[in-house]
Amino acid sequence: MTTETPVIEVRDLEKVYRLGRNVEVPALQGVSFTIYPGEAVAIMGPSGSGKSTLMNILGCLDKPTRGEYYLDGQRVSDLSDDELAHIRNRKVGFVFQTFNLLPRMSALENVALPLRYAGVLRGARERAREALERVGLGDRLHHRPNELSGGQQQRVAIARAIINNPSIILADEPTGNLDSRTGREIMDLLLTLNREQGTTLIVVTHDPEVAHMMQRILHIRDGRLLREERTGTR
Amino acid sequence: MLSTLYLAITEALRSLAANKLRSFLTILGIVIGVAAVIALLALGRGAQKIITENIQGLGTNLILVGPGNPQRDPAAQLNIPPLKLADAYALQDPQAAPSLQYVVPLLRRSVRVRYGDKTYTTLVFAVTPEYRIVRNYNVIEGTFLTEEHLLNRASVAVIGPELAKILFGRDHDVVGTTIFIQGYPFRVIGVLEYKGAAGFGGTQDDRVVIPLTTAYARLFPEDRGKVDVIMASAVSPDRIDAAQEEIRQILRVRRRLRPGEEDDFTIFTQQEFLQIFQVITGVLTVFLGGIAAISLLVGGIGIMNIMLVSVTERTREIGLRKALGARKRDILIQFLVEAVTLSLVGGLLGILLGWGIARGVELVAARFDTTLPAVVDLQAILLATLFSAAVGIFFGFYPANRAANLEPVEALRYE
Repeated sequence: MTTETPVIEVRDLEKVYRLGRNVEVPALQGVSFTIYPGEAVAIMGPSGSGKSTLMNILGCLDKPTRGEYYLDGQRVSDLSDDELAHIRNRKVGFVFQTFNLLPRMSALENVALPLRYAGVLRGARERAREALERVGLGDRLHHRPNELSGGQQQRVAIARAIINNPSIILADEPTGNLDSRTGREIMDLLLTLNREQGTTLIVVTHDPEVAHMMQRILHIRDGRLLREERTGTR
Repeated sequence: MLSTLYLAITEALRSLAANKLRSFLTILGIVIGVAAVIALLALGRGAQKIITENIQGLGTNLILVGPGNPQRDPAAQLNIPPLKLADAYALQDPQAAPSLQYVVPLLRRSVRVRYGDKTYTTLVFAVTPEYRIVRNYNVIEGTFLTEEHLLNRASVAVIGPELAKILFGRDHDVVGTTIFIQGYPFRVIGVLEYKGAAGFGGTQDDRVVIPLTTAYARLFPEDRGKVDVIMASAVSPDRIDAAQEEIRQILRVRRRLRPGEEDDFTIFTQQEFLQIFQVITGVLTVFLGGIAAISLLVGGIGIMNIMLVSVTERTREIGLRKALGARKRDILIQFLVEAVTLSLVGGLLGILLGWGIARGVELVAARFDTTLPAVVDLQAILLATLFSAAVGIFFGFYPANRAANLEPVEALRYE
């Protein structure tokens, strides 16, 4: 395992928010860790711990103030906005707590959206249909988000996350808006994709039950990596 | 690329359809502005067409000479001697004016015409028989004036068809009747054909034409030998300039103008009438352009306003799209396409509405016996379309740019 190239390598990551002229708020104060392909990792921490900041940086939505971040062996900590957009499109699949589906579009169109930004037009609908079938929604292709249950909406979001075969799936409280049974189904789906496709899964959560379904838990406190926990799963 | 644009346009239409009332109110400014311009242009073109036809209907080689010169010093405008019958005779000399074919002296006075108990005030044109040739006139009944009438100072009149209708209630079967002009009896020998409107408003079909000699002898003895206008025709269209110069030289000598002194008379050709008219319509066009610019500006500001609201409302959507891999220019194009779609739809609706208004005016005018055709030409449509698209791009750019530059993290967090 250690001989493999890490899918994520983070070294001495720091993020400082500037509020006003002289007020600096440190959100991350030197975080380092490594995640290997196919791993399922939870990031845990109370609110204000910096875990959201960490997730934004891992998802290439934000840039660190200092430190280095390698995704798939590529240094991404100082790429341009357009290059980051490209990386988000190809290598990162986002799953949000509030699903973030576009209400005017059908499930199929929502799932196909990343393909448009990848420049894929031919076969886009076919690929979106396959992705929806993989998450068990082959019979809901033309439903709008408001015609779907919460669990179904999150499945659409997962299909959208995997459509470009990303290196990592980044899930931010994916069960936060779901009841516990549906939440477990969604976690099962994410873990199945992780196992079967080998897609690295990173879940940001404060729910210990969800966290313990992962192989490893990274505990974040006050912008630092407090400890790493192996759960013994698998 | 084409299919990307297609996707962008369908998506823009869908997002605009989601807020139908708002989208409609937003484009209303553009709709009204474009409609006003299209309607005014269409009617303007129609009027232009009719007036141009009228001027051309004056007769192709027509030259008009009148006393006075608007380019002269205003003080020198006073005491300008009138044109004389003798001037017209002088112009008829083939030696001195080889480029002129016909020369017609014309005395024009306002008169009261009476038949039975019907009285009507109109213009009498006292002329020579060549008037018919120079003005391209035909009679729809009877005959025109002849040399004989002129020599005998005959009390005969040729009347316009509108005047016939006014006096007799019909424009035919009136030859042989006697009408009274300023109280003197005249026998009607012919009815002129319809010529339509005379310039802006009014008609030239309600006039009376009588022999010049009769006018001198009976109606206006105090004006004997005086002429208001001399009408002439050149032997051919390419001799018009030469004819003009010959007239000028003859009249300068006859009116005893010193060398270097400006003309105290004016020579007009049909060409010049057309040119003057084109200058007037040119000014009107600039005016319309100004109205168009203002209304499109107002409409554009409305679009910009709504686009800014839309960007704020959809901050989360923009954040999500960026998370899914949209670059700045993808977002920029999305919102620009939306703004242009708004303004283009407004422009197209405006063209339809404007055309409808112009047609409506045409129909109403027709009901009042006025011909005012609505001429919507392709040029106006293309211009309106192009301008409204440009307005969309111009006023959509700032909001679209604002959307494109949103930070993805901030945008996703926006509630």
